[in-house]
Amino acid sequence: MTTQLAPDRAPFRLPTPPISGILRPRLLTVCLTLALTTFLAFCVETSVGDIPIPLTDVMKALAGTGDPGTELIVHELRLPRALAGLLVGIAFGVSGALLQTVTLNPLASPDMIGITQGAGTAVVAGIVLGWDGGLGTQALGLIGALTTGLLVYALAWKRGTTGYRIVLVGVGVAWICTSATDYLMARGQRFQAQAALGWLVGNLNGRTWDQIGPLALTMALLIPAALLLGRQMRVLQLGDDVARGLGTRVQLVRVAVLLVSVGLVAFGTATAGPVAFVALAAPQVAQRLCGTAHPPPVAAGLTGAVMVLGSDLIARKLVPGTELPVGIVTGVLGAPVLLWLLVRANRAGSGG
Amino acid sequence: MGTSAVRAAKRPRAVLLLALSCAALLALCALSMAYGALGVPLDQVWHTLLGDAPSRRIDTVIWSVRLPRTALGLATGAALGLSGALMQALTRNPLADPGILGVSAGAAFAVVLSVGVLGLGSVYGYIWFAFGGALAASVLVYLLGGLGRSGSTPVKLALAGVAVTSVLFSLTSAVALTDPDALNRYRFWSAGSLAGQDEGVLLRVLPFLGVGAVLALACAPSLNRLALGDDVAKSLGLRLGLIRIQGVIAVTLLTGGAVAVIGPVVFVGLVVPHIARVLTQSAGIGPDYRWLLPLSAILAPCLLLAADIAGRLLARPVEIQAGVLVAFVGGPFFIALVRRRRLAEL
Amino acid sequence: MTDVSRENAGPDLRAQGLRLAYDDRIVVDDLDLAIPPGRITAVVGANACGKSTLLRALARLLAPKAGTVLLDGRSVHSIPTRTLAQQLGILPQAPVAPEGLTVIDLVGRGRSPHQTWWRQWSGTDEEAVHEALRATDMTDLAHRAVDELSGGQRQRAWIAMAVAQGTPVMLLDEPTTYLDLAHQIDVLDLITDLNRHQGRTVVMVLHDLNQACRYADHVVAMKAGRIAGEGPPAEVITAAMVEDVFGLRCVVGEDPVSGTPMVVPMGRHHEGTDDPATVPIG
Repeated sequence: MTTQLAPDRAPFRLPTPPISGILRPRLLTVCLTLALTTFLAFCVETSVGDIPIPLTDVMKALAGTGDPGTELIVHELRLPRALAGLLVGIAFGVSGALLQTVTLNPLASPDMIGITQGAGTAVVAGIVLGWDGGLGTQALGLIGALTTGLLVYALAWKRGTTGYRIVLVGVGVAWICTSATDYLMARGQRFQAQAALGWLVGNLNGRTWDQIGPLALTMALLIPAALLLGRQMRVLQLGDDVARGLGTRVQLVRVAVLLVSVGLVAFGTATAGPVAFVALAAPQVAQRLCGTAHPPPVAAGLTGAVMVLGSDLIARKLVPGTELPVGIVTGVLGAPVLLWLLVRANRAGSGG
Repeated sequence: MGTSAVRAAKRPRAVLLLALSCAALLALCALSMAYGALGVPLDQVWHTLLGDAPSRRIDTVIWSVRLPRTALGLATGAALGLSGALMQALTRNPLADPGILGVSAGAAFAVVLSVGVLGLGSVYGYIWFAFGGALAASVLVYLLGGLGRSGSTPVKLALAGVAVTSVLFSLTSAVALTDPDALNRYRFWSAGSLAGQDEGVLLRVLPFLGVGAVLALACAPSLNRLALGDDVAKSLGLRLGLIRIQGVIAVTLLTGGAVAVIGPVVFVGLVVPHIARVLTQSAGIGPDYRWLLPLSAILAPCLLLAADIAGRLLARPVEIQAGVLVAFVGGPFFIALVRRRRLAEL
Repeated sequence: MTDVSRENAGPDLRAQGLRLAYDDRIVVDDLDLAIPPGRITAVVGANACGKSTLLRALARLLAPKAGTVLLDGRSVHSIPTRTLAQQLGILPQAPVAPEGLTVIDLVGRGRSPHQTWWRQWSGTDEEAVHEALRATDMTDLAHRAVDELSGGQRQRAWIAMAVAQGTPVMLLDEPTTYLDLAHQIDVLDLITDLNRHQGRTVVMVLHDLNQACRYADHVVAMKAGRIAGEGPPAEVITAAMVEDVFGLRCVVGEDPVSGTPMVVPMGRHHEGTDDPATVPIG
């Protein structure tokens, strides 16, 4: 006699090659819906702007059969911006999901453990002190983020790490970096502070192809790695001892997950600045939508993409005449969504 | 050793610890009065305070600059230390700083609004706004954290705080980006400084800090019971709802008042209670909030004043803001603490 | 040590000269232990005598400061993690499941040493999970969230996970804590089934001496990090041994149901007869 697996999952098994797994219809449905929404948001993002371009013209421009003026706008302005929003959203969403799973803490986000603050300090130092050695803000942000990530890990390492210690050390490092940034902002000239703040909130303005290149390349490597690590990560959720007993190399998996998470957020921050709240909220929203016991990486990435693209659309259209930075809207939009999900979850009895 | 003998042995040690901390604080106050762009020898400081100043210039510096500044460091430091210890006890979360209730984000938003939208330029004006913003934000967080079935639990409170803080930060940035004057006021406030305030400001905020401090210290015995867990605390006769409201009001008054005047230096409230706990542990007293609260209230101004003094001396004649230096001293200390011991699961 | 004459008795697990410490505090020193293959071994002792520490060292969760743990003659530290997990499974004390995880998912995770990223749910996996759920009487609760269950139900879910792991050697740290008496006996009977019908070697830390006597083939009594006595229950559990290891005066009689030694403790309010000799209770 066999137990029926829950109605919310279906095993599939291929005889040859011996591939098998479990499908979760709800997770799949949510992911497909999110993918569709992302695609729509992407399309709208390319057609909306100072000069509204109908979607059909965008397609023509992409195919090379439109008029040269439209082609220029689409290729040099719209497409890079939309692509940047898409990639950054996915990167932050996946990174947050990984970190929250490995630290067993729904409040953990790459925003909180110092990586984005480190990027911020590096960029603001470049703006205010002129310490840029010829590097652009993107490279500076990257260096800041990666250095801080390494620093946090090194400081948290004491015969191995625990999720708890990483978060605590990260909080301390974040505080130091934030204070350094505040100091530089206060010390600089007005216009420098203005430019710095513009970067610090997260901004998709003026993204170009050579900024997207490194991000896309990194994601092509790291996203598959994240997916492969998924199974091991979920075993890690049961606790270090149980996971070891089940044959997981705990320290190795944790380091790998952290590297992937830090890499994604570092490159994402370098491209668009620390877009607020996405890395924290997207995985939580995805988890509650899919009804899983952990933040699902794919759904989290897609949720992040929807958040960023959607917010950018609103940011551009909200105040006529100016384009607000995307980071301003993600915070304002993301928070009520998270709160609503929290309240709903509590009412249904699954706890906060 | 009988239990009463043990308890009797603890009290002198606790008093000694407090006395030593007070001595450290007094020493720092003296240094704060003496050092700065104009160095004033300690005996001249003493004479000036007694009304017998060696020169007009020294008289002005001591009475109009150093004394208010030191007093500000004392009052706001104590407020932040108290509220930090209280917050960690209420949420049973060693990561809680008073800012998670959204207090500093609310103050920041109000500061930026007061200049950007209302065009207030006066020094007094924006402080009251900051205070009001802090109060409003923490009320909002408390209400939001209490939604849903199980009322306000520490986790929900923290998440609500994070959510509200994010929203407020976004809105603050929005205003600051569109209004250069607002940005200017905001960025100086944000670095966290004891400088540039006159004594009137402190006197007006002091009543709120006082009420907050009294409420906080009154919570102390209940906090010891709260630390044992909700169920045990209730069986020991604790009224949970009441103590939570009392605590939140105290934290809001203390942190709101402090942050409004000196800027968002709330991390002092995160680190100092941990230091206090380590000290009471080493002195064999254990985690007793009747001693932890006063100790935090004394150690926090030590940290703040030390940072302020260092800021005056490091880059003469330019000053580095106290808020910045607190991070560079407190941060590594905190990290060392995290490495050396398992930080308390309260 | 009992004479092992069963064929295909299973992997041979032993510790030699083991010294175990947490930071500088030495918990176990110079300990030699051979776990009889194909038998049930119970480790008993007072609190903080090192029982759980020993179990963790056997499971390779704790690196010894000196000495080795050998599985089939090879040091466990030289066996690849995955291979070891297919041979030896441990259920630690008080494990915590993430919020929202269902019982069947938890039990499914027990199959992970046998899975690869392309073969994530083979027929064997499914069978093992269903069998484990049936054996622990958790079939009806399979789709409930683990953190919503009662203490006893939760413990059975974790045991089901250990069973699904399908290892020839099972190490269980206090598997009957939190269970009511009926379920305690259920679990112990299940463990006996796994031993008798599947030939699994079981090492478990137990608090209840009488259960240890009844269900174990081999008892190891520990005191302050050393083995105070080991052997069949009838040889090891005597009034003198109990007083030495636990500091408890008692009368050791014969269990009327199973015939194994039964410890009847004496305390300040119950002194018993003057004669401390073994008295059958009828």
